[in-house]
Amino acid sequence: MASFTPKQQQIVGKTAAYATMAFIALVIAVPMLWMLSGSLKTYAQIYTFPPEWIPSNPQWVNYKEAWQSVPFGRFYLNTIIITIAGTTLQLICGILCAYALSFLRFPFRGGFMILVLAALMIPGEITILPNYLFLGNTVRDWFGLEENWINTYQGIVLPGAATAFGTFLMRQGFMGLPRDVLDAAKMDGAGHLRTLRDVVLPMAKPIVVTFAMISAVNKWNDYLWPMIVTNTNEMRPLTVGLTFLFDAEGQNNWGVIMAGTAFVIVPLLIIFMFAQRFIIEGLTSGATKG
Amino acid sequence: MAETTASPGDIQVTASSVPDNVTWVKPRINPFTRDWVLFILFMFPNMFFLTLFTFWPAIKNIRMSFQRISLLNSSTKWVGLDNYRYIFEHPTFQQVLRNTLYFTVGTLLGTLVLGLAIALLLNQKLRFRNGARAIIFAPYLLSGAAIGIVWSYIFDPRYGLLAQVLGWVNIGSPDWLNRPEWAMPAIIIVYVWKNVGFAATIFLAGLQAIPKDLYEAAKLDGANVWWRFRSVTLPMLSPISFFLLVTTVLGTFQAFDIQRVMTKGGPAYSTTTLVYYVYEQGFGQAANYGRAAAAALTLFAAMLVITIIQFRASRNQVHYDG
Repeated sequence: MASFTPKQQQIVGKTAAYATMAFIALVIAVPMLWMLSGSLKTYAQIYTFPPEWIPSNPQWVNYKEAWQSVPFGRFYLNTIIITIAGTTLQLICGILCAYALSFLRFPFRGGFMILVLAALMIPGEITILPNYLFLGNTVRDWFGLEENWINTYQGIVLPGAATAFGTFLMRQGFMGLPRDVLDAAKMDGAGHLRTLRDVVLPMAKPIVVTFAMISAVNKWNDYLWPMIVTNTNEMRPLTVGLTFLFDAEGQNNWGVIMAGTAFVIVPLLIIFMFAQRFIIEGLTSGATKG
Repeated sequence: MAETTASPGDIQVTASSVPDNVTWVKPRINPFTRDWVLFILFMFPNMFFLTLFTFWPAIKNIRMSFQRISLLNSSTKWVGLDNYRYIFEHPTFQQVLRNTLYFTVGTLLGTLVLGLAIALLLNQKLRFRNGARAIIFAPYLLSGAAIGIVWSYIFDPRYGLLAQVLGWVNIGSPDWLNRPEWAMPAIIIVYVWKNVGFAATIFLAGLQAIPKDLYEAAKLDGANVWWRFRSVTLPMLSPISFFLLVTTVLGTFQAFDIQRVMTKGGPAYSTTTLVYYVYEQGFGQAANYGRAAAAALTLFAAMLVITIIQFRASRNQVHYDG
């Protein structure tokens, strides 16, 4: 080492840094590539050693078989409905609540803020059982319904309609808006509804979009609650339906299972590829600025 | 409205210098009642759903943990502390607590150490580093259920990728997911793989916020690379490390989908963590809601302690925020 000039040392260091970076990126990417590779293999190719990374005769039929062995079309529809409905509800609840907590006068407003923060500390796991029982019988008895809400869209979506995290995040954003602009809107005689629509929302757009993104990713990937509250393929979202394909096919028909997994993962990866900087900044800004 | 492009710096100054209740001191024509009505209307949707699906079930869960609930005739019987006594005396539950600790500590160390190492690497002026960051971040976005399936294929002892890689160096692959001593390390590997990109990105943002002159000053004092890392980087990163520590711990306490897909809590309960135990007691063969509720409350108590520690510690660390 001692015989190297500083210039040479620098070159060695740079090369090592590039090599390490490439290695790490490869290790992280390999499982996703392995999934794509496996999804195009025949039963025999799966068991070939050493593995073929690019199968010689890609088995697109695996995708067809996966699509037909469980109703993936229906799963997609369910996931899209759940994601859109869930994100919209969380946005409405969160924006209105954050606005009220930021700009509207009310006695004990701070107390309400603490109540919302308290909800942040209650984990989903503690509410799952009572919520399941509630949607089972209580809701039917209360509202005099014919059927309970197990295995329905409202059963999947409504328990996740409120948001303590989003309220907290967006209130931080609203409180950070420049006061003079808000005061100017007030001077102009703008009511709260107009202030919210024309001043607060456009100015706080980054934080609102950030929350919408976090919410949508969570709803798309949600697993535990949809698994518990659904009991037919008619209502299952992609994540839950996929695991049923996995359980049904057993751990041998990897080609078809990897094709099914690709149905869940690839749409998100494609969206990520086109908007990676935007998504990374959004998903981490809640942490670095909030 | 168009002239509102204030820089983030301005916004922060405004936020901290204007007290929360500034609207109170403004003498107005007294639209108080209108504000009150609007406040109630605006608060209602969020508070309604929070009350119905968070607060009320949380209270109901406390009550259920003192009951025995029979599904057959939907009868409930008060049994005092029986559920707690049962789970705490049962060897399985003690193993579950140990598993949870193992899983949490393993994931925490892996995520934070590797995350910081990757961030330090990407903090150098390298070409393609944004591309590398994107690849490393990608798994964080993906469904735990789906990637659990991909990794089951990778861990397959005969045809999996890992078996083949280990084969190149003549090491036989363990039967990862079917051996009690290997299943938990496998789960930890997957969890670290999924979350390390998030930690690295947060660390990287923290590194880039450290003022350069601090390093210059340390250099002038004759500090070498290691000493600069010890005396500048680590202390300046401490609030962010703390944030990551807490979110990672709370995340592992709630991790479910990867275990569910890869091991179903087995073999021999070796990967059953607290959340999985709650699920199994409530919705598995046992279907014992009372015991599940007691276990869930134990989980909640553990998380509460961690959150309180976080609040205590972050209050002492406010001055670090750059």
